[in-house]
Amino acid sequence: MKHKAVLRVSSKLLMPPIMLFALYVQFHGDFGPGGGFQAGVIFASAFILYALLFGVNQARRVAPAGVIRTTLALGVLLYAGTGVVGLLLGGNYLNYSVLAHDQVHGQHLGILIIEFGVGMTVASAMITIFFIFAGRGRDERGE
Amino acid sequence: MISAHLPALQVVVPLLAAPVCLLLRNRHAAWLLAALVTWATFIIALGLLAQVADRGTISYAIGDWAPPWGIEYRVDLFGALVLVIVSGIGSLVMPFARINVEREIPAERIYLFYVMYLLCLTGLLGIAITGDAFNLFVFLEISSLSSYVLISLGHDRRALTAALRYLIMGTLGATFYVIGIGLLYMVTGTLNMADLAQRVPDLLHLRTVEAALAFLIVGISLKLALFPLHLWLPNAYAFAPTTVTIFLAATATKVSVYVIIRIIYTVYGGAPIFREGILNEALMGLGMLSMVAAGLVAIYQSNVKRLLAYSSVSQIGYMVLGLSFGSVIGLAAGIVHLFNHAIMKAALFMALGCATQQVRAVSFDDLAGLGRQMPVTMGALVVGALSLIGLPLTVGFVTKWYLIQAALQDGAWLAVIVILASGLFAVVYTWRIVEAAYFRPLPEDREEVREAPLGMLIPLVILAGACVVFGIGATWPMDLALAAAESLIGARP
Repeated sequence: MKHKAVLRVSSKLLMPPIMLFALYVQFHGDFGPGGGFQAGVIFASAFILYALLFGVNQARRVAPAGVIRTTLALGVLLYAGTGVVGLLLGGNYLNYSVLAHDQVHGQHLGILIIEFGVGMTVASAMITIFFIFAGRGRDERGE
Repeated sequence: MISAHLPALQVVVPLLAAPVCLLLRNRHAAWLLAALVTWATFIIALGLLAQVADRGTISYAIGDWAPPWGIEYRVDLFGALVLVIVSGIGSLVMPFARINVEREIPAERIYLFYVMYLLCLTGLLGIAITGDAFNLFVFLEISSLSSYVLISLGHDRRALTAALRYLIMGTLGATFYVIGIGLLYMVTGTLNMADLAQRVPDLLHLRTVEAALAFLIVGISLKLALFPLHLWLPNAYAFAPTTVTIFLAATATKVSVYVIIRIIYTVYGGAPIFREGILNEALMGLGMLSMVAAGLVAIYQSNVKRLLAYSSVSQIGYMVLGLSFGSVIGLAAGIVHLFNHAIMKAALFMALGCATQQVRAVSFDDLAGLGRQMPVTMGALVVGALSLIGLPLTVGFVTKWYLIQAALQDGAWLAVIVILASGLFAVVYTWRIVEAAYFRPLPEDREEVREAPLGMLIPLVILAGACVVFGIGATWPMDLALAAAESLIGARP
C-alpha cells in the first residue's frame, strides 16, 4: 500500500468525518433517524476502512483485541446498568424518568446513555467480526 | 422493595453477569460468578413461585410503560414452574461444570464458555417470564445464538457441523416464529400476549390468523425438535461438551414446549382451535410418531450420548401428546413431564458425564464393567433409566399414569398403545446401557477407574434422588401442573 498515495491520503482524510458522522447519528438519534445500532456500524466502518488500506495487523495495533473486548462488555453493562440505576432510584427496571430532576429530562438522559451503550457494543462487535474474518489463515501463512 | 422487582431481576442478574465474566478473563473467577448468579436466579425463581402461589399472576411493567403498550413481564404458575426448572437445573449443573469444563474445553476459552452459558440462561429465563410475543423472540434468539456457540465448543470436530446445522434449523424456526408474530400484529395491532388473548379468539375465522398459527407452530416445533423436525438435535447433543448437553437437554427443549403451550392455550385460547381445525390431530400424530420413531432409532445407536439424545426426541413426544388432548389432565401431564423429564434426562446425561470424565469415551465398550468400578454413578444411571421406562416409584411413572388417564378420557386407544409401546422401546435401549455396565466383564486392558470427583457426584445424586422422591410423593409438581393447566384452560371456556 506504500505507493497508493491517493488512497492513503484520501482514506486518512475520510476517517475523521466518518467517526464524526457516527457520533452525529448516535447523539441525534432521538430527534432524527439514527441511534446506537446505525452509529455503531458507521463508527466500526472507519476502522474497517483503515484495516483494508493499511492491513489488519496495523489496525489491530490501533484497536487491540483486549480493548475492543472491554468496550464490547462495557456497552452491555452500560445498558443493563442504567436499567438497574432506574430500579435503585425507585422506578421499575429501565424507567428513565427517575434519572433526572424532571421526567422529560430523565427520559432524554436515559435513552442517550442506553443508546451509547448499544453503539459501543455494536461498534466493538463489528470490528471484532471483521478482524476475525480478515485475520483467518494469516497466522498460518506467517504474515 | 426488592420482592416487587423480582421479575426484572430474574433476567437482569444473569444478563449483567455475562459481560462482567468477559471482563474478568479468569476461568476460576468466571466460574464462581456464574455459579453464584445461577444460584441467585434459582432463589429468585423460588421467590416468584411463592409470590404467584400466594397472590396470583404477577405483572411487571418494564420502564413503567403500562401494558399493552410497554413490554410486560408476566409470571403465572406455569411460567414460574418453568423458571424454577431452568434455574434449578442450572444450579445443579454448575458444580458439575467446574470439573467437567476444565477437561473438555481449552483453558483459555473457559471464561468465554461461562459468558455464553450466562447469556443462554438469560435467554431461557426471559422466554419463560416475558408477556410480550416479540420480546419472546428476542430472548429466543439470545438463548439460541449462545447455545450454537456452546455446542460448537465441543472438542470433537463434528461439533462444528452439528452447531452449524442447529444454527440453520434454529434460524429457520425463529424466522417462522417472527413471521407468525408479524401476521398477528398485522391483524390485531398488539404484541402483548394477554392483549392478543383478548382479540385473537374472535378472529379465528381469518385466514391471516390461521396462517400465523401455522407459522408459529412450525417455527417452535423446529426449536423443540418435534419429529420430523428433530434432525439437528441428536448430533448437537452428542458432540456438545457434556455440561452443555446436560443443561440444554434439560432446559432448552422444555422452554420450547412452554412456548408452544403459551401460543396455543394463552394466545389462541386453546379449546376453540382444537375443536375446529386439525391442529390437535396433527400434534397428536406427530407426538406419537416422535415417541415411536425416535424410540426405535435410539435402540440402534452405538454412541450412548446419541442414544440418550434420540430418547429426548421420543420424550418430547410425550409432552406434545399431552398438550394435544386439550383437556386439563392431558395438559397437566404434559407440564409435569417438563419437570420430570428435565430431572431424569439431566441425571442420565450427568451420570454419563461422570463416566466419561473417568474413562474418556462414550461407546458401549467403554462402559463395560463400570457398574463395579463406579457404583454411585452407574446406580444413578439406572435410576434415570428406570424413570425413562416409567416404572412405578419413579417420576416417569407419574407422567405415564396421567397421560394414559388423559388418553382414556379422550377415547384415544391408539395413544394408550403408543405410550405403552414407547415404554417398551425405553426398556430395550436403556437395558443396553445397564447390560454393558453391569453384565459385561471388565476389559483386560482397563486401568483402575475410580469414582468421579465429589463435586460431580453430589449434583448427580441429588438429581437421581429427585427422580425417586418426586416419583413416590409426586404431589408437589403434579399439584402445580394441575393448577397451571386449569388456569391455562379455564381462562377461556
